[in-house]
Amino acid sequence: MTIALERPLSVRLRRPSGGGVAAATGFLVLALVAAVTPSLFAGDPLAADPLHVLEAPSAAHWFGTDQLGRDVFGRVVHGARHSLLIGVVATAIAVGIGLLLGLLAGLAHKYADEALSRSFDALSAFPLLLLALLFVAVAGPGTVGLVIAIGLATMPNYARVVRTQTLVVRQAGYVTQAVAFGDSRLRLVLRHVLPNVLGPVPVLAIIGLGEAILAAAGLSFLGMGPQPPSPEWGAMLSEGRGYLNVAWWTTVLPGVVVTLTVISLTVVGRRLQRRFEGRSA
Amino acid sequence: MSDLLVSVRDLHVTFPHRRGDVHAVRGIDLDIHRGECVAIVGESGSGKSVTARTLVGLAGHNARVRSSRFEIDGRSGPFDWQKLRGGFAGLVMQDALVSLDPLRTVGAEISEVLKVHSIGNRNDRPARVRELLSTVHVPEPERRAAQYPHQLSGGLRQRALIASAIAAAPPLLIADEPTTALDVTVQAQILNLLAERRATGDTLLLISHDLAVVSRLATRVLVMKDGRIVESGETSTLLTAPTHPYTAQLLAAVPSAASRGRRLSSPTAPPLTAPAAKSPASTGAASTGASSIDAASTGVALTVAASMNAASTGVALTGATSTGAASTGVASTGDPLLSVASTSPAPTRNALTTAASRGAGSAGVASTGASSTGAALTGAASTGVAVAGVALTGVASTGGAAVAAPSTGRASTVTVADELAVAPALFDSGPPAVIVEASGLHKRYGAHTVVDGVDLTIRRGEIVGLVGESGSGKTTVAQLLFGLTAPTSGTVAFEGAPWTGLKERRRRPRRRRLQLISQDPLSGFDPRWTVRRIVEEALPPASLTNGHSPTFERAQTANVRRRSWPWLSEAARSRRNEQVVELLERVGLGAEVLDRYPRQLSGGQRQRVAIARALAPRPSLIICDEPVSALDVSVQAQVLDLLADIRAADGTALLFISHDLGVVHHLADRVLVMRDGAVVESGPVDDVFHNPQHEYTRALIDAVPTLEVSR
Repeated sequence: MTIALERPLSVRLRRPSGGGVAAATGFLVLALVAAVTPSLFAGDPLAADPLHVLEAPSAAHWFGTDQLGRDVFGRVVHGARHSLLIGVVATAIAVGIGLLLGLLAGLAHKYADEALSRSFDALSAFPLLLLALLFVAVAGPGTVGLVIAIGLATMPNYARVVRTQTLVVRQAGYVTQAVAFGDSRLRLVLRHVLPNVLGPVPVLAIIGLGEAILAAAGLSFLGMGPQPPSPEWGAMLSEGRGYLNVAWWTTVLPGVVVTLTVISLTVVGRRLQRRFEGRSA
Repeated sequence: MSDLLVSVRDLHVTFPHRRGDVHAVRGIDLDIHRGECVAIVGESGSGKSVTARTLVGLAGHNARVRSSRFEIDGRSGPFDWQKLRGGFAGLVMQDALVSLDPLRTVGAEISEVLKVHSIGNRNDRPARVRELLSTVHVPEPERRAAQYPHQLSGGLRQRALIASAIAAAPPLLIADEPTTALDVTVQAQILNLLAERRATGDTLLLISHDLAVVSRLATRVLVMKDGRIVESGETSTLLTAPTHPYTAQLLAAVPSAASRGRRLSSPTAPPLTAPAAKSPASTGAASTGASSIDAASTGVALTVAASMNAASTGVALTGATSTGAASTGVASTGDPLLSVASTSPAPTRNALTTAASRGAGSAGVASTGASSTGAALTGAASTGVAVAGVALTGVASTGGAAVAAPSTGRASTVTVADELAVAPALFDSGPPAVIVEASGLHKRYGAHTVVDGVDLTIRRGEIVGLVGESGSGKTTVAQLLFGLTAPTSGTVAFEGAPWTGLKERRRRPRRRRLQLISQDPLSGFDPRWTVRRIVEEALPPASLTNGHSPTFERAQTANVRRRSWPWLSEAARSRRNEQVVELLERVGLGAEVLDRYPRQLSGGQRQRVAIARALAPRPSLIICDEPVSALDVSVQAQVLDLLADIRAADGTALLFISHDLGVVHHLADRVLVMRDGAVVESGPVDDVFHNPQHEYTRALIDAVPTLEVSR
């Protein structure tokens, strides 16, 4: 005899399909290859062809041509280098500074921690656009100011996570045990606190990378990034905007690429996050 | 309604799992008659909780339940579980803080039960809630009903939970470990309350790991192991004359006054040390069992301890006099010692054993229990390294323990001599060294005084018990001794030198002499490290362990960089590895755990790794903060035996913090009873526990459930 048990309320979250994650990973690999060796996929992104302006997508020009007759696909491929580089460097800055300050805040005394935490709050309350304008005003429009602005603006995300992790880890029994073995403070931090704090950071950085790329595209759309004729995704959107009603492909297709990149990064990041959490639990 | 509330035959519960199904309950029969109290006893994973939960349809949404008969309240399904729960069976679980909704007041929680079972109307429910709360003896029911679970103490929460369980007046009350998370005095109150419920006619199904708790309440006991009932019967019969070896093992494993000086882990339990396992000594231990007199197995324990000393330090100067006829033959077998010593690579190692046996009359006669020779053996471990190859005289062990036949139930006190007085006669080093001397310790956090004037002395090789209920400040005392927090006033001296008030930088070189074992070993391990690395990191500096040079002792205490060792020779590396394996073997673990992570180990294994790590730097004192509280009773028995062996072999002093008086009475030489941050009573364990002077000590002792069968 089998006893019928009532099924208590249980919500089963659908796991993302493996296909989605595979597609996202594949797309990211392509984007990475494009960023490293763009000539593999497309020719010169700056070569203008006055005879073929604003042509619709075709076999010769997959994404069509823009107002100067440049191949939009080629520009998107070459733009990957700019966009991804900005995103990666900005995220690296954010993670680096965030790790350091978060660790300091987590280990510091009450007041220093409070001061640091409030400064994180202030920084994240500051609109990214305003921060970027500030750096553009100082450094002039260009990649450097953009990268620093995005790096600083996203830094608090990492700093907060690292600080919280540090607070947890420093209370952990194994830190006490290390004290029992006469470890110095520096050794404690380097051998026990830092490695255990690092755990969620890589995954967070992957998700953050998408955010940074999107921010970079947004800011260069406003003209604060790499200057024309450099092929940059945001800048391309901006340039094509004027021809939207006659040549949608100059804007829409680069936009789709930006969207796909950010979504792919998020999908992969979330997947890694779930695996990471599953393992540590 | 029939007299048979629950009747289950051949019950199976399985949980499907990717790597093979988990068969939690494997065909058990269970009848519960009206008015009786049935107890299911077993260790974690035995399936006792699953059985209880299945009765109210809460086995889990993925559980597969099969049985040939499943009758509840005289009917055999389909069941309206929601009506059954609360209406037919009230469920009381272990942790009331988890079981009660944190966002609702206690009153709302209880009246919800009334509402579900359509009892009373909106207007008279508050009155019923108050009534229920006073039934379970919650003082000021009006005020308490309006409070949230976190505002109540553990005892009050448990009472509130019982009130909600009995709100709809169910004939059956299922209590799953109802007192496990509670302090001993509170536990006694809750047990009284449950006994009261029985007196009013409730039927009780009690789930517990604690035989003593069960013996107070149950009429019938079922012992579960691995999903099966291995033995069942009337409580008194089962407790006094267990027929199944597992039941006997469980009973023997309970530490108490009567078990003092005897090994707790039973014949069938895995041996504590690998060298001892192959020796005739351990077979001797196995045959003595629980029924023989205490002294018999004590003699064996000493031999085992001595062999471990030889294995780890390589220099064993051990003399053991064991008392008791039964141990005579066993203790004098020097084979394990010699064989271990001869395998040691260092030529300076000697193992000299003087195992003199004194024939003492027949079994059952109260004789000098050899419970604590640890103090005497101390010198061997610490001075032995320096003066290798010196023979030593035999040790006349005169423990303060009393030995009596188990059937009398309570041991009488026969203090023969202060064991510490024996030590000077054995070692030239003079009176036993004082490891820790704390005087006038105070610790205040704001206006709150946590520790209020504690004086504490721990001598070499001594096991000092520190007992008290939660919030009594015992863990804070440990932290003060350990130097994690600074006392508000008072001082601690460690190994004769100041300890408190020092800068951490100056304390660091001596840190390794003082080790810590905590209740939850898992949190004490870096999750990224394997067992190998955990233990290896704790070893003394590598360059100095290739032979016991004169600088060895000094280097042990020095804060030398000693990590990774990429420059180490292959020989030195394998020597270190050998040391790790030796340490693990000493705590009863094999080399197969080396490359596992702590989270992959069982609770008992983890605690053993923690002990191995604590032993690695050869400390003079190990602070054990509730080291066995989270363990099952049979695993607890093994760990307690291990700690006793370590003390006996190394002369390591232990500060043993516990809320469990039985454990402390079993293991400790002296005990301090703490309450509200102050020591209310202290002295030799037998004096304190058999003749308590302070009323709090008396209350504490009276509250401990004992295995005496009162029915």
